[in-house]
Amino acid sequence: MELTATTTVRRPVAEVYAFWRLLENLPSFMAHLDEVRTTDEKSSTWTASAPFDHTVVWEALITEDLVEERIAWRSTEQADVPNEGTVSFLPSPDGAGTEVHVHLVFDIEAGKLGRAVAKYFGEDPRQQLDDDLRRLKQVLETGEVVRSDGAPWGKRARKEFPQRPAQPLTVEERREVLGA
Amino acid sequence: MRANCWAGRNEVEVREVPDPAILSGRDAIVGITSTAICGSDLHLVDGYVPTMQDGDVMGHEFMGEVLEVGPDVDPTRLRVGDRVVVPFPIACGACAACAAQLYSCCENSNPNAGIAEKMFGHPVAGLFGYSHLTGGFAGGQAQYARVPFADVGPLRIESDLTDEQVLFLSDILPTGYMGAEMCDIRPSDVVAVWGAGPVGQFAMDSARVLGAAAVIAIDKEPYRLRMAEEAGHIPVNFEEVDVRSRLLELSGGRGPDKCIDAVGMEATHGSAHLHAFDRVKQAVRSETDRPHALRQAIMSCRSGGIVSVVGVYGGFVDKFPAGAWMNRSVTLRTGQCHVQRYMTPLLERIERGELDPTRVITHRLTLEEAPRGYDIFKNKQADCEKVVLRP
Ligand SMILES: NC(=O)c1ccc[n+]([C@@H]2O[C@H](COP(=O)([O-])OP(=O)(O)OC[C@H]3O[C@@H](n4cnc5c(N)ncnc54)[C@H](O)[C@@H]3O)[C@@H](O)[C@H]2O)c1
Ligand SMILES: [Zn+2]
Ligand SMILES: [Zn+2]
Repeated sequence: MELTATTTVRRPVAEVYAFWRLLENLPSFMAHLDEVRTTDEKSSTWTASAPFDHTVVWEALITEDLVEERIAWRSTEQADVPNEGTVSFLPSPDGAGTEVHVHLVFDIEAGKLGRAVAKYFGEDPRQQLDDDLRRLKQVLETGEVVRSDGAPWGKRARKEFPQRPAQPLTVEERREVLGA
Repeated sequence: MRANCWAGRNEVEVREVPDPAILSGRDAIVGITSTAICGSDLHLVDGYVPTMQDGDVMGHEFMGEVLEVGPDVDPTRLRVGDRVVVPFPIACGACAACAAQLYSCCENSNPNAGIAEKMFGHPVAGLFGYSHLTGGFAGGQAQYARVPFADVGPLRIESDLTDEQVLFLSDILPTGYMGAEMCDIRPSDVVAVWGAGPVGQFAMDSARVLGAAAVIAIDKEPYRLRMAEEAGHIPVNFEEVDVRSRLLELSGGRGPDKCIDAVGMEATHGSAHLHAFDRVKQAVRSETDRPHALRQAIMSCRSGGIVSVVGVYGGFVDKFPAGAWMNRSVTLRTGQCHVQRYMTPLLERIERGELDPTRVITHRLTLEEAPRGYDIFKNKQADCEKVVLRP
């Protein structure tokens, strides 16, 4: 499965690159990622939620790092769902922002888990990635992922329609949503 | 708290719902002192806008007092105790659309942007009380509201102007003004406005303030036309006269130089035949909107003129007069209002007495009376033009 998506973030290239390069930041906008921990300059451990309350953990290696231009990575051999990705950063034509071009490849043929993950991504994995980039933009431009009463889940906004009604949350709902 | 909620097609109900609280660092909680019912609310209640849900809190025109602010709200912009008018589009202030002052197209304020994108090609901003397509934000026909990005939108009122003088800065005054502004009005212009509802009335007043030679009001409700006439505009009742001939008469045979559609998707038509065509199409969902006013505006506008659309459309229309529009070099301009852009300049015009927003208010009700307010506003009872609710 191959996915591409693009967005323009109204922040300087250096800042957008630096944000992404600190891989720990990725879960703040990527819905399926729970945690990324870097182990050294090049390697990191990624934890993602999978169906039925399972988590998938894999190691990834940065294969290319062109400062303020491009970052590429791939999972190491043991990954249950082999995957690789590239993100490129280009100044936007108006000079006020950064074009972010993402390219991801998941090897979902590689076994049962792969298929389950593919299913988990839903009928429209492209939409998932688009939404991830929308949240990246929100975080970089406004400092937060936007929440409404109908869709209060922040980056965990996987729910489809109908949503909760557009009326204020109960105290319990708020606690759950804010994870406090 | 008490809040006026969508309760299915053609029904609103004042219910007990939880009090809002801060969800994000840049939120504020506003205690609402005045709120209003808008023509857009009628589109939602009549079921012409998809993605409404039972229990959605209605209302996007409101003002009040700041009761609480999140930790990330810029204190130079907003503090507890401030008296504010809240613009109906929610805007982040930081994206490219906001930087271009296209606040109702804000790229960051709609958590349901993916859905809006599927319907409109690109996403639109979050709006208060205005379906899940525009975010699913609880609205302001309530005692309290949570206002996201509170240091961007809300306008502080520091003078002693009354609620009624400033409330409509939240939507309909800027909307009417933007309708006129998009017309690039010149001193010789004859401007025709379809719809003498509150938005139309303010488009007419704005056209006059911007220097139009003559302003024409087109509607079928005698009391609304009378209200326009009392404000100095020329009434045309589309149920009594042939609009096209009357407009030609009033513009030396040229057609109005500028035309404003302040009616939107639920227009009615003098010709029962065409109206029936659109109603059937709307009912089977192969057409969502009835663009009678828009069609007539394009057909009536002089060659090379401007048709400015502030009436709301939600989906698709049939029989769009593309030939007239294209062959006669007519310019079409439109948008949900970029309210934030107009609030301060219009507040100054109110202070200077150039615009009097209170002139459209005919009914003052309590929040509990909201369902009755919807009823009389929608059905044009009791000469209702604009309803203000007090929580
Ligand atoms: N663009 C925006 O940001 C924005 C903001 C607020 C309201 N609106 C829209 O503006 C429109 C008007 O709002 P309102 O509050 O004045 O509503 P309203 O329902 O009170 O007014 C509409 C008027 O149009 C008249 N009308 C119906 N068919 C007509 C026709 N064929 N020709 C002429 N007049 C006709 C009706 O009799 C009524 O008086 C609505 O579509 C509303 O959604 C847009
Ligand atoms: Zn409105
Ligand atoms: Zn914005």
